[in-house]
Amino acid sequence: MSLDANDVNKIAHLARLRIEEADVPGYAAQLSEILDLVEQMNAVDTRDVPPMAHPLDAVQRLRPDVVSETDQRDHFQTIAPQTEAGLYLVPKVIE
Amino acid sequence: MSWEIVIGLEVHAQLATQSKIFSGASTAFGAAPNTQACAVDLGLPGVLPVLNEKAVEMAVRFGLAIDAELGHRSVFARKNYFYPDLPKGYQISQFELPIVGKGHVEISPDDGTTKTIGVTRAHLEEDAGKSLHEDFQGLTGIDLNRAGTPLLEIVSEPDMRSVKEAVAYAKKIHQIVVYLGICDGNMQEGSFRVDANVSIRPMGQEKLGTRTELKNINSFRFLEKALNYEIDRQIDIVEGGGRIVQETRLYDADKDETRSMRSKEEANDYRYFPDPDLLPVVLDQELIEAVRAALPELPDAKRARFSAEFGLSAYDAEVLAATRPLADYFEAVVAAGTEPKLAANWVMGDLSGALNKAGLDITDSPVAAAQLAGMIARIMDNTISGKIAKEVFEAMWREGGDADAIIDAKGLKQITDTGALESIVDKIIADNSKQVEQYRAAEEHKRGKMIGFFVGQIMKATQGKANPQQINQLLNAKLNG
Repeated sequence: MSLDANDVNKIAHLARLRIEEADVPGYAAQLSEILDLVEQMNAVDTRDVPPMAHPLDAVQRLRPDVVSETDQRDHFQTIAPQTEAGLYLVPKVIE
Repeated sequence: MSWEIVIGLEVHAQLATQSKIFSGASTAFGAAPNTQACAVDLGLPGVLPVLNEKAVEMAVRFGLAIDAELGHRSVFARKNYFYPDLPKGYQISQFELPIVGKGHVEISPDDGTTKTIGVTRAHLEEDAGKSLHEDFQGLTGIDLNRAGTPLLEIVSEPDMRSVKEAVAYAKKIHQIVVYLGICDGNMQEGSFRVDANVSIRPMGQEKLGTRTELKNINSFRFLEKALNYEIDRQIDIVEGGGRIVQETRLYDADKDETRSMRSKEEANDYRYFPDPDLLPVVLDQELIEAVRAALPELPDAKRARFSAEFGLSAYDAEVLAATRPLADYFEAVVAAGTEPKLAANWVMGDLSGALNKAGLDITDSPVAAAQLAGMIARIMDNTISGKIAKEVFEAMWREGGDADAIIDAKGLKQITDTGALESIVDKIIADNSKQVEQYRAAEEHKRGKMIGFFVGQIMKATQGKANPQQINQLLNAKLNG
């Protein structure tokens, strides 16, 4: 299976990655190789193999429902580009 | 052309945990912006989610309540989503293996019918933060206090065929989650949110029409209005030769209309994949049985029991079982030894009326169940009449105290002494000789009404304290004798 430039640009957009136009053919070739590998694996009969959700053979540990975090807003906001009235400010996202 | 309406609902219920689903930050509503958003909620590098056991238990509670298949092994997935209200760039949700599988609920829309509505699934996920679009010179303000609040998303089958059924289903789910104590149900604060998928098709057609999804509905009344508007809009388009576009539409309560949201993200490009930060969740049978054992009696069961055990009408049972606090109050009044029907009348009548008027919840009632029961006991033993009881009730409501003390202090005890009543009856008969003559001259079937005049006079003379049955007996004996 091979991806073309359009596929690469679409994937980049969905992942919000900015890529250089000159790099697109290279990415297309590399991603196509990965898909080829998947294609090879597809040939293996996996009818009786349950899908793996996680490589570790373990189950999720749960934590008790207790508030353990204190307010560190001022600390966190020192690295925010812009804040006001306790809010993080970002470019307008309204539709 | 006659159209069939097809509706499915997605309910997001915020789970009433103390801390967030994957972090130890508080979920309390109304805190100053971002004071309850910790490193995990902010998606800072290097943090890891750790699942809240209470959120899991609450999801199980819901699953058991709707008789659902529980996902003995469920998996969290990342739903890719680039909005600053979830700074990680994805929402942790569940996709292929949700914690709650297929279940069902019974609804009874007002028309007296009942219908089973399928619940496709319910899964755990994290809520997003809030975006504030005003007042920031062209920028958006982000408050992440809500980010990471546990949500149970409850997805129904497209089983509803009218707006009435959709509203009844939404109310039913609301009642169940509140009864279970897993959600506070507050729609104004967004603790319980409803999205609706709506389509129309020609009556008799099998294939579903193209649907639209309605969002931003924060009350049952708006759900009804939004659905009505959207159904009319779709019918107009199709009858005008147009086609419905699959899209998400926002309900605008001020304008009472739905309008298209620009497509949020290429719809099916959420590119879910299992979250490598979280292991599969396994529900062991022990946990499930422990949760089952602790389930409260649910509204349907309570209603049925109120009818069977107390002989209440379907309507009375429904009203009294509507919320747990009201049902508990009623049962406390009955447990004190009062006659259930009489207790139901007082709880649904004078008490509910007074609470409504004062804008109070049953849990804040100034008249406690024991007080009301004490007063009803005095009606039952004929110390006071039902009419005088209203006066006693008002006094309890205003000033507190128990019924016996009020009856004593105000001298409201019913006159049941036959000798005393007889002399009053004699006096009224003597003072109203003209009416007595008319009564005796009247035909038998008219007398029943006319006797009311004498009863009225006696009640006036005794400030309502005469025992009505005894008066009737005495009057009958004396006037007809």
